[in-house]
Amino acid sequence: MSDYTAQDYKFGQPRWCPGCGDHSFLGALHKAMSELGVAPHDIAVISGIGCSSRLPYYMNTYGFHTIHGRSAAIATGAKVANPNLTVWQISGDGDGLAIGGNHFIHAVRRNIDLNMILLNNRIYGLTKGQYSPTSVRGFVSKSSPYGTVEDPFRPAELCFGARGNFFARCVATDMQAAVGCLKAAAQHKGASVVEVLQNCVIFNNGTHESVYTKEGRAKNAIYLEHGKPMLFGENKEYGLMQEGFGLKVVKLGENGITESDILVHDAHCKDTTLHLKLALMEGPDYPIALGVIRDVEAMTYNDAVHAQIEEVKTAKPYHTFDELLATNEIWEIK
Amino acid sequence: MANTAKTQKVDQIVVRFSGDSGDGMQLAGNIFSTISATVGNDICTFPDYPADIRAPQGVLTGVSGFQVHIGADKVFTPGDECDILVAMNPAALKTQYKHCKPTGAIIIDIDSFTEKDLAKAEFKTTDPIAELGITCEVVPCPITSLCQATLADSGMDNKSILRCKNMLALGLVCWIYDRDLALAENMLRAKFAKKPEIAEANIKVLRAGYDMGHNTHTSISHTYSIESNREKKRGKYMDINGNKATAYGLIAAAEKAGMRLFLGSYPITPATDILHELAKHKSMGVITMQAEDEIAGCASAVGAAYAGALACTSTSGPGICLKSEAINLAVITELPLVIIDVQRGGPSTGLPTKSEQTDLLQALYGRNGESPIPVIAATSPTDCFDAAFNACKIAVERMTPVILLTDAFIANGSAAWKLPDISQYPSITPPYVNENMKEGWSPYKRNPENDVRYWAVPGTPGFTHRIGGLEKSAATGAISNDPANHHSMVETRARKVARIAESLPPLQVEGCEDADLLIVGFGGTYGHLCEAMQQMNAEGKKVALAHFRYINPLPANTADVLRRYDRIVVAEQNMGQFAGYLRTKLNGIELHQYNEVKGQPFVVADLVKEFTKIMEG
Repeated sequence: MSDYTAQDYKFGQPRWCPGCGDHSFLGALHKAMSELGVAPHDIAVISGIGCSSRLPYYMNTYGFHTIHGRSAAIATGAKVANPNLTVWQISGDGDGLAIGGNHFIHAVRRNIDLNMILLNNRIYGLTKGQYSPTSVRGFVSKSSPYGTVEDPFRPAELCFGARGNFFARCVATDMQAAVGCLKAAAQHKGASVVEVLQNCVIFNNGTHESVYTKEGRAKNAIYLEHGKPMLFGENKEYGLMQEGFGLKVVKLGENGITESDILVHDAHCKDTTLHLKLALMEGPDYPIALGVIRDVEAMTYNDAVHAQIEEVKTAKPYHTFDELLATNEIWEIK
Repeated sequence: MANTAKTQKVDQIVVRFSGDSGDGMQLAGNIFSTISATVGNDICTFPDYPADIRAPQGVLTGVSGFQVHIGADKVFTPGDECDILVAMNPAALKTQYKHCKPTGAIIIDIDSFTEKDLAKAEFKTTDPIAELGITCEVVPCPITSLCQATLADSGMDNKSILRCKNMLALGLVCWIYDRDLALAENMLRAKFAKKPEIAEANIKVLRAGYDMGHNTHTSISHTYSIESNREKKRGKYMDINGNKATAYGLIAAAEKAGMRLFLGSYPITPATDILHELAKHKSMGVITMQAEDEIAGCASAVGAAYAGALACTSTSGPGICLKSEAINLAVITELPLVIIDVQRGGPSTGLPTKSEQTDLLQALYGRNGESPIPVIAATSPTDCFDAAFNACKIAVERMTPVILLTDAFIANGSAAWKLPDISQYPSITPPYVNENMKEGWSPYKRNPENDVRYWAVPGTPGFTHRIGGLEKSAATGAISNDPANHHSMVETRARKVARIAESLPPLQVEGCEDADLLIVGFGGTYGHLCEAMQQMNAEGKKVALAHFRYINPLPANTADVLRRYDRIVVAEQNMGQFAGYLRTKLNGIELHQYNEVKGQPFVVADLVKEFTKIMEG
């Protein structure tokens, strides 16, 4: 049992627009932290720049609101220097994947033990409405009045391309599932990427419309759970099966298909092939995958760094500055 | 000694080894300087290597040089010109002969002066000496063939045999300067400890080189002996270059402060050796992170500082540009961070392996907003240790990023370093919060004695707080756009840095008490300026030197010192950045300037000439 309540992690009055998905996400984070039970003073919440990156100001933990795009690198330094801290790195799609794309992929590749939250509203909100690297092709915004002529990043693809071992997806307003994803991310040792589908009520309203309501998710989303068959639909009447190199949606009862024919989710599978296929599913032909898509154990960068230090401490006989000096070729003038 | 060459006693000599960048000239030079230091001579070295790792063999762009100045007493520079130049091929001769004194001698490997070799070095005739108009003594030696003959029975392949020819040249130079081969042999055995057969092959060739000199007198007119003034120098020494000394200074400071040392860095010439050095010392708990880019090198260090480490990042000019934004985050959040800029030729990629002092204004002002940062400039290879130590002390105790400027010349140059007694170094005390401060604490609560904020490191119970790049209220630490608060925070950050001057050592003047000319410099040019000053004093000219290590803030007595002199020349390896800075700090002061931006160290003779002109002007 945790010693803390959600209230213990709350600080200040959020200043996001009314209706912004960040409010709901913040609530989910407070709740997840209270259930995880790490003391507020042992938590550092480190963000970049953007609407969502204001989040540390609303946390009664140690908080660091840094510079645009660099929070993954800053969080990496903090975690490796002080591995006792639980580090949450908060960024948006512009902060994390445009200006901070390099740091994002390298933090994931190193497998540093960070909880990397990507609040994806597919827009630059704080600068008042420009397309982002997750905006769909053709997206009309102030900086793309005739529509964008470029394809977006798909965060899961980047994560797996960088050899990510944890990827989860939730909707900002879907409290229970969001708390589940955040707790799973925190409990995973290594870089845990959580893509939060979040609505910008002012500049990109409705971008995640098909799954933003409970009713929408019942029709258009699939909640993945490790070890469970991948069923979805209002009455769980649909399922996923493998076909050739891909996945297909089937209806139970049709063509003699029963639940035992449905693919069982394996988040722990080392191979990313099916995780990627699940993560890239899109409507209208496929449901959007929510929940923990991939969760594979691997050595973390911070553990490896400190293990190597301990190993070398045993192997090398010098541990103080004077002992270090003595390892050099020294001559004495008498 | 059965030779007919005259042995001449000298106070100091300069030797330059030059050859293809794969010829092992750096190793030969290193061994020669270390064995000289071991017998009590003072040394100052300068490796001059090309940007290409391995240019095609024998071409002009691939020449690598290593110059060492050896003195009975203190030597301050690697020397303007050399007494002995070793040129392993025509390209080395062509690019290096101008470094040799008219009274000096050039040793060439005659085996590598075939027509083909001459063509590679773009000679037009078959007589390179005449073509270059060389008038000093040239000593042709069969370096390659003798090396091959010496190792003919070794069973080694020809390629491996030729790798030893640098030792033949070294052996010959050791004979000329009466150096003890046993010391060189010990060094080779240590260097090739895992490959004893290679060590022995090198030693055999080394001896062959020495014997060639001894037996044939190598047609050289002089050999030399250098006395050593041991009296003044009693103590334990090691050879150290500036980058290694910088790394050692950081390690010593972390130990003093009881903090974990963290270096976030990205490979860049000529700073990478700091990363290499620190990466070795994990047994001392040092964390080095080779980041994905320069920005992340600095950003990870800011993160490590936030989490309580003694955090550093090392780079050179182009990297400093990229780090500016993250440095500024440490400015506004008032976190300790040490940024080491090993200056090289610029702008842009510029001259990556050459030395300049052109990043001074970038260090002082190269960030958005009012962004005061302490700037320290190391004055010599060995001074890099103290400069790095003091940079850490200021960063940690004053809660500020500090920029430490070194340069390619002192970073790669080495000197004999008297081992420091670290117990005699000052303590480093981070301004941590304590239990009694909990009541009414906020992150920008300051110590009124020095305007330094107290440090609550994440993990400390009872002090959770939020900081960041947005301006904060001085009183509460919350985001604040209040005009008066911002103005006050700007002033406070400036005052905090300015007050560091209260604890800096005063500016010292060396040389003539009642000088007619004060030479002013900063950082890595100290040796050259000091030698120029001494030469001029010896000529009866009244000259003094005020050399700055602390640039921002300036030592408190700077104005008092400088206003005492009627004539001041600021000599620097840029177009006048320090002179301009001094003018902004010392209203109305008149300064002459000597500026040279060639990527090469100052030449003492040029300095003397120019300073004399200013005195007479």
